Amino acid sequence: MSAVKPETAKTPQLATLPGDDVRQIMWRFADRYDLQMLVQSVRAVARGPVARLVAEGARNTHEWTEEKNSLLEAYDSAGITSVFLEPEYGGFIAGPKNLALALAAFELAWVDGGAATGAMAGHLGLSPIHEKGTPEQKDEYMRRFSPPQPGEDRTIERSAFALTEPIPYVGVDTGVLGGKVSVKEWKEGEEPILHVEKRGRFITNMAFANFVSAAVDSGDERIKGSCMIILEENDPGIYDRGTATKKLVHQLSATSDPVFSLDVPASRIIGGYTVKDGVIIPNYSHGEIIDSVFRRTRVTVGLMTAAKLLSAVEPVVRYHRGRFRGGESDQPGSPRHQLGLQQKQDALHRLVDIWATGEASASLGFAAARLFDELDPLDHRREEIFEAHDIPAGRKAIRALASRSEPAIEYVRLAAKPEDERDQARFQELEANELVQYLTKNALADVLCPACKLWNTGHGANMMREAVSLMGGYGITEDCPGFLPQKWMDAQLEATYEGPEAVQRRQLSVTMTNEVFLAQFEEWITEMRHVAGLRPGSGACTLASAMDLWLWTLRHLLEAKDAHGVPLYKGHRQGVTFPMADALCWLLASRYQIMDLIELEEKGAENASLAEALPGYGAFYTDLCHVQAAAAGGEVARICSSLVFGYNRHPCWTTDGDRVYSDSELTVLENVMPGLCSCIVDVLDEDGSPPVKRGPCVRFDGYEPFTLRRGKLDGCLTGSRMAKDNAALALTQVTIPEALDYPL
Amino acid sequence: MATGFHIVVCGSLVPDPLQTLEPVETPSGPGLKNEMMLPSVLDPWAAHALYEAAHLAGSTSDSKVWLVSLGPKARLQQLMMNIAQKVPFELVALDGPAGGFTDAYEVAAALAGAIEKIDGLDRSRLLLFGGRSSASRDAGVTMQMVGERLGITDQFLAVDKLTVQDDGSLRVLERIEGGMYLASGCEGPPAVCAWSTGELPEPPNNPQVGMQNMRTIMPALQQAQPAAVGAEGLDFQKVEVPQQRRDTKIVKDVPAEEIAREIVEWLRS
Repeated sequence: MSAVKPETAKTPQLATLPGDDVRQIMWRFADRYDLQMLVQSVRAVARGPVARLVAEGARNTHEWTEEKNSLLEAYDSAGITSVFLEPEYGGFIAGPKNLALALAAFELAWVDGGAATGAMAGHLGLSPIHEKGTPEQKDEYMRRFSPPQPGEDRTIERSAFALTEPIPYVGVDTGVLGGKVSVKEWKEGEEPILHVEKRGRFITNMAFANFVSAAVDSGDERIKGSCMIILEENDPGIYDRGTATKKLVHQLSATSDPVFSLDVPASRIIGGYTVKDGVIIPNYSHGEIIDSVFRRTRVTVGLMTAAKLLSAVEPVVRYHRGRFRGGESDQPGSPRHQLGLQQKQDALHRLVDIWATGEASASLGFAAARLFDELDPLDHRREEIFEAHDIPAGRKAIRALASRSEPAIEYVRLAAKPEDERDQARFQELEANELVQYLTKNALADVLCPACKLWNTGHGANMMREAVSLMGGYGITEDCPGFLPQKWMDAQLEATYEGPEAVQRRQLSVTMTNEVFLAQFEEWITEMRHVAGLRPGSGACTLASAMDLWLWTLRHLLEAKDAHGVPLYKGHRQGVTFPMADALCWLLASRYQIMDLIELEEKGAENASLAEALPGYGAFYTDLCHVQAAAAGGEVARICSSLVFGYNRHPCWTTDGDRVYSDSELTVLENVMPGLCSCIVDVLDEDGSPPVKRGPCVRFDGYEPFTLRRGKLDGCLTGSRMAKDNAALALTQVTIPEALDYPL
Repeated sequence: MATGFHIVVCGSLVPDPLQTLEPVETPSGPGLKNEMMLPSVLDPWAAHALYEAAHLAGSTSDSKVWLVSLGPKARLQQLMMNIAQKVPFELVALDGPAGGFTDAYEVAAALAGAIEKIDGLDRSRLLLFGGRSSASRDAGVTMQMVGERLGITDQFLAVDKLTVQDDGSLRVLERIEGGMYLASGCEGPPAVCAWSTGELPEPPNNPQVGMQNMRTIMPALQQAQPAAVGAEGLDFQKVEVPQQRRDTKIVKDVPAEEIAREIVEWLRS
């Protein structure tokens, strides 16, 4: 058992709450002034007009009011609308924009999640066109979506994404669509005219959207399969925006249940189509399009909840410190005056947990966003890359790709080795192989996206409840500083929309068994052990042990059967697969949090303005990482133990009674081998009856690899509560601003 | 012949006013607790000057705006991420302290020196703008000294309005006591205008403007010359933040008349 050195007064102190300098380094945009400007610009809108609307009670109506509508212009002028666009269409950020969108959503959600959703929903509406649209469609709709530049005489057009339909359709399963498209008119040699019947449910931005990307299925034998299609407000027919959805949350986004019955040219099919034997064959099904869209946008949703948690820290600290000021017993200068509720350890520890969760979820989310920025150039050329490597199209690609995983795994192994210890020529060859790069990054993206959406929002919502509870009765009033109760409720929607938690768990339960991902995961265990050697207080050792336990458990479950002989890790056994998915999320969030700590400590020294404060940030974030790693370890240990043992049959007296000794037998045995009796747990009474319990105690024969790992993990929690105490102390010392920088 | 103005705005950063400001003794003299970590804003007086400069340049063809900033380089970079999105300008950066404990004489010398080195600056068309004072420490003399060093004798202090007349002359309104203005005429540049609040609101952020500005801002920050403007030799007997005025009051749904009445009562008390 390692000893923890007591902290001394020389421990660097957290001086202030982390500012932009710190965040830019941790989230890897210190060298991106375009993103730094975006953050400032969005922040001005979030903490200005958005915050004022929330403070004035604009959330108290479901309708899309003039006041709410004024936000759109604020988004336009601040560049939020055009973040998504390429520079040739009026945007100002070149290249992939996942991190940019993530930062924008984060800043808006710092104040109000509905504002973030509303601002991002326009991008969501345009995303199908951006991802899969024909060049003509991109050119047409990107330009119309772009805010007018000075001197341009036109109005901006806004978009919505219409997938969800009333129950029993895609509100339950996105694969089943109620909306139909049929051929209305098809003259020889001319573009077919299609008729679209679609009802939407919970469609954001419908109050003002000028065009909609709608998912529809074929209702006509002359059209094959499903597709997404662009509907415009001036198309002939019905473009009914519908009634406002009576949401309890996110009221600063316009949501309604529209009805469309429109005639549109076939050229509106997103991604185009071909005609074969008189049948229109869309180039992309709606499923292919939404897969490519949601895997990106779900990350921003996860970051919205992360922003809420981090935004809660300052108001809670201020509230706690000032809790008793002004009372009769209050004496300025006294601990009660200075610290208020911060004199109580529980209040501090709970806030440490909230902060640690916020940091971990932000780290996970921004890592996912950055990964998609890396993946995007490959993903947009996916078909070309597949063709070059003889990967067939369609469903056959899945099997073909699986057979190509070996080089990707080899690349992962080589990449983890120091340069002088690996076959550098082979490494470079694999690094230059686009298919290998695609498979490696895609395997990780397939895990990070659902993990971020699932854990950030689900666990984040739970932690927001903790934050609300720390504000006492204030926490359930509209006037609560930081809008914490509103954020708590909003978090629940974020856990639900764009694929609820069960959908994310289901996806994870498949993607986390991809050997290319697991190879990366294995290398991370080694990496965390190495980090633990350099940063022993960071919890990296705890995390490595937890990751090792999880991986052993997964491999075990993939092969194991329950007491009835039924395999455990199967798609329908969500009692097995889903908890493992949950456990993985904890590990991922903790790992990326530690990676961000390392980045801050390594790169922070290059920033002159951080020189003085860096040791304090480093010490505090080290403690937070340790706290979070311990929490992750606890969750993983609990889940893995329950799954490894929980499906076994408990031994019983009738079939397993031969393990039980009587008192007299033990006396003889103890004489032969002193001390042996201490190993015996089940002893028959004097009358020969067994102890009053279910059966003999469980033995762990065959499970030694698990129990060893579990025991190691338990031991690796050493020091984690000391870390929490340290972080709690820092909360009592940190300087906070005099007032929140947005209205109450 | 060019007819527009060459407007040089002097302005730098001050701590965000919402931050907790606590004077402390540092090895290099007095300072603010956590000064390097506090979020900054452009000094409000200088910010008004910058917005007025951009407005004037935008309405007068062949005009250009430079912002000359003296402050810690890393902090200036953070500040620019916000300010650069508001109006078009070219940055001239000087790397040095920007707190309230620098000496106005040395600051003026550094600023004037930097202005003299600006490539393409036509001194005959120069309008030197800045704040009437600083939110860091209200010496209120820096702009006059910069003007003197540059040989500009037409100086206007506490300016709220500058109008370019049809004949190219300038009409300037300066604040004087009793809520009155002193209206002055000036044949034209060069002139110094140390601004009060002016008449323009803070422009909204425009990332397109920011991206344009950044092409020159980032190189300017990298090339920022060190400026020795510390208060060496000065002895500060006592330093304190006016606590009474730092009592932040957060109100909601209070009409402007009521706020004004409270302020008047406070002043009278």
